[in-house]
Amino acid sequence: MVSYAARKRKNSITMGLCTAAALFGIMWLLLILVVLVWEGFSGLSLAVFTEITPSMGSVGGGLLNAIIGSIMMTVVAVLVGAPLGVLAGTYMAEYGRYNKLTNVVRFINDILLSAPSIVIGLFIYEVLVAPFGGFSGWAGAAALAVIVIPVVVRTTEDMLLLVPGQLREAATALGLPRSIVIKQVAYKAAITGIVTGVLLAVARVSGETAPLLFTALSNNFLSLDMGQPIASLPVVIYNFTKTPDENMQQLAWTGALLITFTVLAMSISARALSTRKKK
Amino acid sequence: MADVAIKDISRGNDAAVNRSQALNKFRQNDTLFFHLTRSAALLVLALLFAIVLSLIYGAWPALSHFGLNFFVSQTWDANAEEFGALATIYGTLVTSLIAMLIAVPVGLGIAVFLTELCPMRLRRPIGIAVELLAGIPSIIYGIWGFFVFAPFLQQTLQPFLITLFGPVPVLNAVFAGPPYGLGTLTAGLILAIMVLPFIASVSRDVFETVPPVMKEAAYGIGCTTWEVVRNVVIPHTRAGLVGGVMLALGRALGETMAVTFVIGNAKQISASILQPGTTISATIALEYAEASEGLYRSSLVALGLILFIISFIVLAVARLMLARLNKLGA
Repeated sequence: MVSYAARKRKNSITMGLCTAAALFGIMWLLLILVVLVWEGFSGLSLAVFTEITPSMGSVGGGLLNAIIGSIMMTVVAVLVGAPLGVLAGTYMAEYGRYNKLTNVVRFINDILLSAPSIVIGLFIYEVLVAPFGGFSGWAGAAALAVIVIPVVVRTTEDMLLLVPGQLREAATALGLPRSIVIKQVAYKAAITGIVTGVLLAVARVSGETAPLLFTALSNNFLSLDMGQPIASLPVVIYNFTKTPDENMQQLAWTGALLITFTVLAMSISARALSTRKKK
Repeated sequence: MADVAIKDISRGNDAAVNRSQALNKFRQNDTLFFHLTRSAALLVLALLFAIVLSLIYGAWPALSHFGLNFFVSQTWDANAEEFGALATIYGTLVTSLIAMLIAVPVGLGIAVFLTELCPMRLRRPIGIAVELLAGIPSIIYGIWGFFVFAPFLQQTLQPFLITLFGPVPVLNAVFAGPPYGLGTLTAGLILAIMVLPFIASVSRDVFETVPPVMKEAAYGIGCTTWEVVRNVVIPHTRAGLVGGVMLALGRALGETMAVTFVIGNAKQISASILQPGTTISATIALEYAEASEGLYRSSLVALGLILFIISFIVLAVARLMLARLNKLGA
């Protein structure tokens, strides 16, 4: 029999270690944020939003083309990926809730959800860039769409599963066909959840760098042509970090701050939406 | 409700709606919508197959040219068109191993702290903060690692490790100098910091699936917090914890941007983890856009295929473990 004092000592040691682990881990994460805000803010100015990326050795410049490129590709990716994801999630929760296909799709979707994003870049390169003559904004958007789909599928299915069966039964009892029950009853009940999923997907893709490296490539000039290589914030940060040019490195920090801010804003609003729904 | 629906499908038709016509339309729309959603679900499957097929197609020239040699050779010579994957596979595994060795205990510690020790008022804010941090894009960790963390390690931790383990056999090879700053250890540490919030938030979620009654029963017979965690919480959630850790491992294996800046990109297998190395994802990211057509590019796709297979296995195991937990919980 272990004495009470010994048990108590063991408890304080292990629990002390847990607390230390928490402090240690959170310290590093806070440290990163503090450095990011510090370095990023010192380069923040209006020019960042109004001027295009500078060339090596020049002064000034901004991130305008990268910001616009990122927005364009993200919008296209969400416009393509979100409806597909919602439809697939609808099938899984409404039509095929108990069948094999749904189980298989859910498993595969979960794999896609955490698949290495650089592999998705390789995939898009093989099917869109190589056969259709070169890097383009469309290819970048397609790569991002492949990342959007599993996020939206997952949340749509989860949210539709939360809709009480009685709502559907009541609507069916009124003689409504299934598609209208889904579109007018289930979707309406789950809409905040589905929007949350889309927001999370935007948060996820706005920082993705690896799949854009050899699909959208980058562009030093402002280009609105999705058929051409197009700049994006993450890729510009990646390229500028590798240069020895201090002006460009400063812009990389500022860009990193902008991305982090966007991602946090998206995830916080997604969270606010989903908690408001619970009340 | 019903008339809303009918109006919806016979828009612009002011005349009384013919009942059988409406029913037909209902039926048609129903079938259409069913097939639409089913095709979308099948598309998810098709996507995975397309990824695998395109990788195999792209990797085929290299794999058929080098054969099994590709997996055991560590030569990577673009001029001689000689490629082998061993050094990159090694780097991928070692950096992920370092990351897991650090992030798993610390992450579990955070989860225990959040579920058992933290004052109630702080639990939600800290929990939310950890979850938000799990969503920070990896390039942020990469840029911080390159500008701040690597120089810091070069001046502090690395010289310390070199002198500390200098006289110890075996370990002095693992921590052989000089301190470059960039290298396998730095990449592993950055990965650890990156997956830390992920492990912490997954394990916290898993810990919260333990029914409070079970914990209360254990506390009721006089168990200390540690004993409750050790004998009730962890056995109850073992499958979920392993699943969560595997999920984090899957992330670490495939992580590109946090690693690329700090790994040093040297295709060598060196005994010392302070030396520069490389990983599969870093190699692809750094070389793919400039690689020449043919064997070079194909070899890089083959690396991608290897990475995809490794992470597919890890993620599949993770999902099966997590599914088992859900079944137990239900």
